[in-house]
Amino acid sequence: MSKLTLEALRKLRDAKRKEMNQRDTSAKEIHIVVGMGTCGIAAGAKETLNALVDAVSAQKLGNVLVRQTGCMGLCHSEPTVEVAVPGMPRVIYGRVKAEQAAAIVEQHVVGKHLLDSHILDRPAVDVMR
Amino acid sequence: MHATVCDYIADLVQNAVEAGASRIGLEIETGPVQVAVTVSDNGCGMDAARMRRVEDPFFSAPGKHDQRRVGLGLPLLRQAVDATGGTMEVRSAAGEGTMVFFRFAAQHVDTPPLGELAGTLLTLLALPGCYELTVRRRATAGDYTVARHELLETLGDLENAVNLALAREYLAAVEQELETASRIRAA
Repeated sequence: MSKLTLEALRKLRDAKRKEMNQRDTSAKEIHIVVGMGTCGIAAGAKETLNALVDAVSAQKLGNVLVRQTGCMGLCHSEPTVEVAVPGMPRVIYGRVKAEQAAAIVEQHVVGKHLLDSHILDRPAVDVMR
Repeated sequence: MHATVCDYIADLVQNAVEAGASRIGLEIETGPVQVAVTVSDNGCGMDAARMRRVEDPFFSAPGKHDQRRVGLGLPLLRQAVDATGGTMEVRSAAGEGTMVFFRFAAQHVDTPPLGELAGTLLTLLALPGCYELTVRRRATAGDYTVARHELLETLGDLENAVNLALAREYLAAVEQELETASRIRAA
């Protein structure tokens, strides 16, 4: 197997960007935040993040940012993922394994439908503080 | 207790980022005898008083966490190292930085598996913040180095999901190549 060099990576990126530009016309950014505290990582947040990245890449969405944050205060339902799509309510999903991560991208981000079975209430404000 | 060596690595690198480090070094060496990891940073470091409590599970640096006073990262690592005949060393100086080294005996039955290194490195390279992370990976058949600034220069940013996917593809390719070559050499 030949090593994937940084130069080859740059070419891959350019090819991907070209593909995105042809497809993607809405410039508004979509934010996905994954809880990567110790509780999240123990529950599989790393796999969740990787699955989200894979799903976004498969859908060829160039305007999705995936960020990491610490514990959101919902340790009972890790891995947790917050999704902010312009024009839709900001939603926190719980128990997001790889399967649900793919569904979040397909249904919520692309299809604009919430995944009702995994929506969590936000922690009370005093807990957040 | 963490399940893989990657979990310990993730903990230590996150500590370095939270310590305000601008330069972080991560060295990972695997071989037939040992799995050795060094994480060094130029973050805020710890004074002698704090160093004495660094392995106390009921201590966490003031201000690090809003709601808790316990810090389990290094105590859990100590427990795992002691249980597997390994060694561990923490050196730190206030205002200068911290270095954590640990080594597991590769053949010990309780030594945790390495874990999924490419995915772990991706999450560490993509942590929010302005810092340089240089990963030096060595195995029986050779080595490779990944520097965060090189990935940023190549891809633009490490928040865009498509860039993250490309970065992971790159990390998985270089790790797979090293792993395969090392396995062939061992055989």
